[in-house]
Amino acid sequence: METTNENRISKSKDRHQKAAFFVFAVLGYFIVTILIAILSFIVIKGASVISWDFITKMPEEGMTKGGIYPAIIGTLYLVAGSMLFAFPIGVLAAIYMNEYVSDGVAKKFIRLMTNNLSGIPSIVFGLFGMALFVNKLGFGDSILAGSLTLGLLALPVVIRTTEEALKAVNDTFRHASYGLGATKWQTIRRVVLPMAFPNIITGLILSIGRVSGETAPILFTVAAYFLPKLPTSIFDQAMALPYHLYVISTSGTNIEESRPIAYGTALILIIIVLVCNLLANALRKYFNNKVKMS
Amino acid sequence: MYKLESKHVDFFYGASQALKDINISIEENTVTALIGPSGCGKSTYLRLFNRMNDLISNTTIKGEVLIDGLDVYAKGVNVDSLRKKTGMVFQKPNPFPKTIFENVAYGLRVNGITDEKLIQERVESSIKKVVLWDEVKDKLKKSAFELSGGQQQRLCIARALAIQPSVILMDEPTSALDPISTAKIEELVYELKSKYTIVIVTHNMQQAARVSDKTAFFYLGELIEFNITRELFTNPMVERTQNYITGRFG
Repeated sequence: METTNENRISKSKDRHQKAAFFVFAVLGYFIVTILIAILSFIVIKGASVISWDFITKMPEEGMTKGGIYPAIIGTLYLVAGSMLFAFPIGVLAAIYMNEYVSDGVAKKFIRLMTNNLSGIPSIVFGLFGMALFVNKLGFGDSILAGSLTLGLLALPVVIRTTEEALKAVNDTFRHASYGLGATKWQTIRRVVLPMAFPNIITGLILSIGRVSGETAPILFTVAAYFLPKLPTSIFDQAMALPYHLYVISTSGTNIEESRPIAYGTALILIIIVLVCNLLANALRKYFNNKVKMS
Repeated sequence: MYKLESKHVDFFYGASQALKDINISIEENTVTALIGPSGCGKSTYLRLFNRMNDLISNTTIKGEVLIDGLDVYAKGVNVDSLRKKTGMVFQKPNPFPKTIFENVAYGLRVNGITDEKLIQERVESSIKKVVLWDEVKDKLKKSAFELSGGQQQRLCIARALAIQPSVILMDEPTSALDPISTAKIEELVYELKSKYTIVIVTHNMQQAARVSDKTAFFYLGELIEFNITRELFTNPMVERTQNYITGRFG
């Protein structure tokens, strides 16, 4: 009597478990399938146009032929510019937040604000960038204005990831350092930052991936429909991959004819983001080993 | 004059009182064990001497804590240089993610010593003092994480000795170690006594009995009994002490 009852319970538990696993598996494969579908769609459509010329030549014949070189260069400039701005400020802000400010109302408020900042739609950043950098500060449509706008967008990500990286450094290391007579700044510079560095770098590269794909913030601040030459100063306009993609898919001279180039551009963009992520992983591993040794 | 002293010390975490009117005097070149159940205040008391409790916000201290007769909580005391006088060893071995050499050199470097020859000498002599030299002399440039737990803890003691403190504060230094490593640390404590004044927090009463000259028993923030270790363990004057050391509670 007893045993059959137990049997029944365990069988029913088993069934529940199997059902749950089945649902998880279906959902998991579903998501992976979608991802693979998107990627293979773009790879199949875009691979045919990818060539050395495609990434090193200027667009030709109303952007229906030729390469996307200026857009790639423009995106690289914008990414570099935005990181030059967001990385130092973001890291310093995170150090201040995590190491200096004690828990309290002020800290909660700042954290709330940075979190809100990351939730603001990117088009709003674009408008803000146009109002402040382009018009008020008079930078005009320029790499500088675009970089600053993208930098603002990346700032919360950098602050957030750096803070997490600093938090992950166990307090016992800080205490050991203080116990030896080190000051707070010595402790941060010689113990905390080197230990947090791999994760900080990861955050940086992930935000590069994010920034390189943003369209809205550069729309009013830097992006050019078409430029026959590369930018020569930070006050020049530039072409950029995501905006180029937008242009040739919606308002190009011949949308149908430039379709393959659009897919090629999308593929390059995805490759850049993918490389960034792979690089992030590799760097984290490399620096993790290095930290142990230094 | 006593090496370490506390007079009428009260300590608060926010509104809750962690130490109540603690009076202890510790002589130079002795080992003092602090025992008591978890949360009794023994670690808090230990951390008064190098002001590590300052790192916790919203704490208050009343009374006097003296090293060599000087109040460490007096106005104008430089906390960083105070901590140079007191080496601290923590519950879990916590070497920095640096080489074995740089771990021991760290305290020297942050205190402004740049003479590489002097650093070399100090690192070597400190590692020798903790009887680790033979085990690590060929891999000083290797990561400290490659050492075993017991070796790491001895390295942490060497790191504390390098800054030439006169007091060593140990917060349950063997609680994360195996019996053999524990025995090595205890032996070390015994040897270091000739040059340093040592205060050791421990959960292990046999350890207190083995290594210390005097023992202080804390309970709920109060100092219940403070006496010569042999006396306290064989002939406790307070019943609560007896109950604790015989394992009736704790």
